[in-house]
Amino acid sequence: MTLADIMVYQGKASDLVLQDDLGDDAAARSHLLTTMLGRVGEMRDSIRRGLSSTAPSRTGMVGWNAKTLNDAPDALGAPLLKRVQAYAMAVNEENARMGRIVAAPTAGSAGTVPGALIGVADHLGIDDSDLVMPLVLAAGIGQVISKSMFIAGSTGGCQAEIGSSAAMAAAAVTELLGGTARACVHAAAQALMNTIGLVCDPVGGYVEVPCVSRNAFYAVHAVSAAQLALAGVESFIPPDEVVYAMAAVGRMLPPELRETGEGGLADTPTGRRIALKMAR
Amino acid sequence: MSLLDQIGPVMVGPSSSHTAGACRLALLARNVLGAEPRHARFVLHGSFAKTAKGHGTDLALVAGTLGYYPDDERIRDAFEHAAAAGLAYEFTTADLGDIHPNSVLMELSAGGDGANVSVLGSSLGAGFVRVSQVNGFDVQVSGAYHALLALHTDRPGVIARVASVVADDQGNIATAFSARQRRGGHAMLSMEIDRPLADYAVTYLSSLPYIHWLRQLPAVMAGDTAAPAEAPAAAGAPVNGDAR
Repeated sequence: MTLADIMVYQGKASDLVLQDDLGDDAAARSHLLTTMLGRVGEMRDSIRRGLSSTAPSRTGMVGWNAKTLNDAPDALGAPLLKRVQAYAMAVNEENARMGRIVAAPTAGSAGTVPGALIGVADHLGIDDSDLVMPLVLAAGIGQVISKSMFIAGSTGGCQAEIGSSAAMAAAAVTELLGGTARACVHAAAQALMNTIGLVCDPVGGYVEVPCVSRNAFYAVHAVSAAQLALAGVESFIPPDEVVYAMAAVGRMLPPELRETGEGGLADTPTGRRIALKMAR
Repeated sequence: MSLLDQIGPVMVGPSSSHTAGACRLALLARNVLGAEPRHARFVLHGSFAKTAKGHGTDLALVAGTLGYYPDDERIRDAFEHAAAAGLAYEFTTADLGDIHPNSVLMELSAGGDGANVSVLGSSLGAGFVRVSQVNGFDVQVSGAYHALLALHTDRPGVIARVASVVADDQGNIATAFSARQRRGGHAMLSMEIDRPLADYAVTYLSSLPYIHWLRQLPAVMAGDTAAPAEAPAAAGAPVNGDAR
């Protein structure tokens, strides 16, 4: 399946993903939907734990940011924005302190999908059961992307991880808010094309800095992409071509910028100090 | 790749490769041993050697050795659980050569005169793993399927025989790989199957005179449900001696 296949589908995008993956196998469909609903619950649990904890991660670099934001006054008068950011960071801080999370598609990018999707759902008062099919679509988008590139920072840079999660989240939010299959795919494409080039330079090689705040940023990025797509703004470059472009850029990235902890933020005096401290 | 691999797995953080993948590799090694491990030695290579502590790779390896799955919250306190379970462990680092940067050599023993095994595995990213050597023999195990490992005498017809038993049990072979030390010597067959082989088939294969050691490893990729922590069912007890 390609993004173009989803784009021209006349029904709900998630229905096509389900049909493509499982056909008419009723038992498999039922298992998938039940498991996915369970994963919504797991996502919620990780958000709840993350928002209430200030326990530091193993390296001590993160652990209190989600609660700090959540407890702060809403200075911008933008409760959706604050909620999405707080949820996303809550999940990734739980991840950093070895809590239980749902990889989506990876652990390092686990906050983006729940931050955007559950953040929007809670803002609008939408039930968890209505999040299941959007998550199926998110998974389908992830599957399509992973056919063109390996979704890991070590092979494609952060663009492959957070770009994928943002594209998945963008499509999911778009479907949640009633977007057509075409709009969902364009939301994914917008999220991807505006992430191309993002390097993976985690301090010390750990999934903490900049990963925690990056999930807050790209959860919002996904909501922005959904907003554009729902309004009818489309990606000029066909969505499948955007995926290929990202994969090509991933191959051009030097190893220092692919999760080795040797370039970018990792190669700052503070970054090098943390790496030394943890290696001891 | 399943849709549930994209939104999932449910796992203890922080890293799908360095935590969940490490846990799965150790789980596979535990099942290769086929008995309750009493001692574990982990030789960390590459990125595993450099960043094990901050990623909890060390905890995840011990947790997998204890039989915990990647979503088990006991991973965080795996060292305490190991002490309680009487599992001793040690970590060391080494350059294991031209292999994937996230690799670990796991040497497990059941203690006393019990069996011991060495398992070389790599965490490929996004939680996917590959076991590439068992007791020095090249194998191919991804953990995505149930796997059969058979150490056998290199002679005509062994692979056909095993394949026909799998077929008789309605098993569908996903991958198969075999490598021998030398012609007529020992060879290791690794076969990944869509569903576990029935006990009687495992028992039958174990009874064949030219099969010296047999193990069935469970799939470790799927499954959010923390599996029970008891010793792996001795799927094919060591038949004629151990695998070395």
